[in-house]
Amino acid sequence: MTVRGLAVPKWGLSMTTGRILAWLVSEGAEVEEGTELAEIDTDKINGVLESPWPGVVRRIVAPVGATVPVGAVIAVIAPAGAAEEEVERVAAEARERLAAGVVPEESGAVFGTVEVEGRQICYATLGEGPEVIVLVHGYGGDKDSWLFVQEPLARRHTVHAIDLPGHGGSGKRVEDFESLTGAVAGFLDAIGAPPAHLVGHSLGGAVVAAVAAARPDRVRSLTLVAPAGFGTEIDAGYVRAFAAASSRRELKPQLGKLFADPGQVTGRLVDDLLRYKRLDGVAEALKTVSESMLDGDRQAIDVTALHAGLAVPTVVMWGGSDRILPYGGAGRPPGVRLVDGAGHMVHMEAPAAVVAAVEESVEAADST
Amino acid sequence: MARTISYREAINEALAQEMERDPRVIVMGEDNAGGAGSPGEDDAWGGVLGVTKGLYHRFPGRVLDTPISESAFIGAAIGAATRGMRPVAELMFIDFMGVCFDQIFNQAAKFRYMFGGRAITPVTVRTMYGAGLRAAAQHSQSLYPIFTHIPGLKVVLPSSPYEAKGLMIQSIRDDDPVIFCEHKMLYDTVGEVPEESYAIPFGEAGIVREGGDVTVVAFGRMVGMAEQAAGQLAGDGIECEVIDPRTTSPLDTETILESVESTGRLVVVDEATPRCNMATDVCALVAQEAFGALRAPVQMVTAPHAPVPFSDALEDLYIPDPQRIANAVKSVAGWKR
Repeated sequence: MTVRGLAVPKWGLSMTTGRILAWLVSEGAEVEEGTELAEIDTDKINGVLESPWPGVVRRIVAPVGATVPVGAVIAVIAPAGAAEEEVERVAAEARERLAAGVVPEESGAVFGTVEVEGRQICYATLGEGPEVIVLVHGYGGDKDSWLFVQEPLARRHTVHAIDLPGHGGSGKRVEDFESLTGAVAGFLDAIGAPPAHLVGHSLGGAVVAAVAAARPDRVRSLTLVAPAGFGTEIDAGYVRAFAAASSRRELKPQLGKLFADPGQVTGRLVDDLLRYKRLDGVAEALKTVSESMLDGDRQAIDVTALHAGLAVPTVVMWGGSDRILPYGGAGRPPGVRLVDGAGHMVHMEAPAAVVAAVEESVEAADST
Repeated sequence: MARTISYREAINEALAQEMERDPRVIVMGEDNAGGAGSPGEDDAWGGVLGVTKGLYHRFPGRVLDTPISESAFIGAAIGAATRGMRPVAELMFIDFMGVCFDQIFNQAAKFRYMFGGRAITPVTVRTMYGAGLRAAAQHSQSLYPIFTHIPGLKVVLPSSPYEAKGLMIQSIRDDDPVIFCEHKMLYDTVGEVPEESYAIPFGEAGIVREGGDVTVVAFGRMVGMAEQAAGQLAGDGIECEVIDPRTTSPLDTETILESVESTGRLVVVDEATPRCNMATDVCALVAQEAFGALRAPVQMVTAPHAPVPFSDALEDLYIPDPQRIANAVKSVAGWKR
């Protein structure tokens, strides 16, 4: 019977510690895989830690309010029948390490770059399962925006999160929408991956749909999270204001529109985005990308027809409170799974739903 | 991608990237190469504390050793700026400003105004300030308030490697004369800095730590001291909002006022001596613009009104430290009418 220590996950590249805001279970609680265990603050955003295994919460080692390093054990989960001595041994060791301030070795993501069409494309890889998943962020985002999704998916799969051209650590030159789709297709070729499961958020959703249409041999399934390119409705004011914002004062109110609860926008999230926006070439890149996304106040990108012609299994999901691409707009795809209580950033606000959708896409691909 | 480098390396990288990008950028000062022109001695120093090391060979002819005459080489840099160059001149210690001050405050600072906006003077003067290096009264002062007093100058006080690189790049690209103040005790501090070029706009404060109880405005090296104090105070249940204005001219008054509007309490930490310094300036601002929000008297944590002592023990007492900052925060947090 396995007695296992539950560790603080590394949600995103910049996370080194987490602060425990609340325990959602008590000692003795029976949990399934996926049961919500604790709320943890990463500086950037608050996340919910789910149980990676079924079992019983035998010990809670770190109290509410404690700030603990990534990888540190904060609770012990074991089957009901596991020996008390063994549970206590694991718990005692964890308490000792917390008290001594031991910082565990990180088994975090592996970073890489590939060159595609003369541009450097940055990516982070986690996990080593046989199925390959590629996460593609939206306009103004980066690979770190999948912080709550990449880690749970990596338990079973090889998960790459990439930075589109003009974003994150990738080359800042970008000409048009095609340079984004070309970068993703080129990335798949460059890493020599087997056909992959593509996951795209917002603009990234339109990108992966277009990639699947252009290179069906490379794609096994699609998971589209509040994708652009389906229908014309969009908050064009947000798109332009995000590109133009150069200070905290200008940026913070814009970011509030991304979430159902604008309180999710912390100073750290704003600062990280400002750091990105100050890099040489980013202002021009965002201007180009925003112009390629808009036709007046409507969406210029349309992947509806491309997507309709595809045979790959697809799951589409949307936040019920999305204010950037409101779900109610005409031309949204059929069969959409609505996530109540989430805004545009479904993968940050309701990561478990996104993880489940991706797993479903993977299974659907397996059964076809 | 960001990696961890020192404050010294961050400034060096900013200079190198701007020299690479713009052929008009040159570097000049005493021992900036440290043997330029003498075979076998080239680039011996790279500046007195090694900030410009390595640039001499990468950019032939663009790193100039100058005679020990600040009035001559600061004047030359200002002149070159008026003729289209983008010089970065090193006035080794800020304490030496006296011998070239006319060039800076009466010439460089005035051209844009006296020529009806038709002249620009894009010169950057790098200079070291601050106590802690056992360098005595003539090499340890924090004289940035004197430059801040002069309209037409921009004054920059980077508090970390990230700030140092982005503010140096902005200084070089800026069309006005910039006094770039480097704290000697920060050169070996390290932090995450992107490899790519980036510019941090002037007049935009960083909020180093968010908190709702007391606003702590700190300058230059004092930002790190204030962060340490805030960390200790959080354990006592007092949450500080630590603000790093980054530039004293222009000053981001909005961020300071917004913060005081929400906390109602202000502590300003300034290594400069206390008469007419940044602490008095910020306190006056808040007293005038946010008087109604204040729930306690403002507090200033500064050096005493005295030259920097040469005695180690006295020098350590002279510099504001986290304990003094924490005491000041506690006194405003616990203040009762």
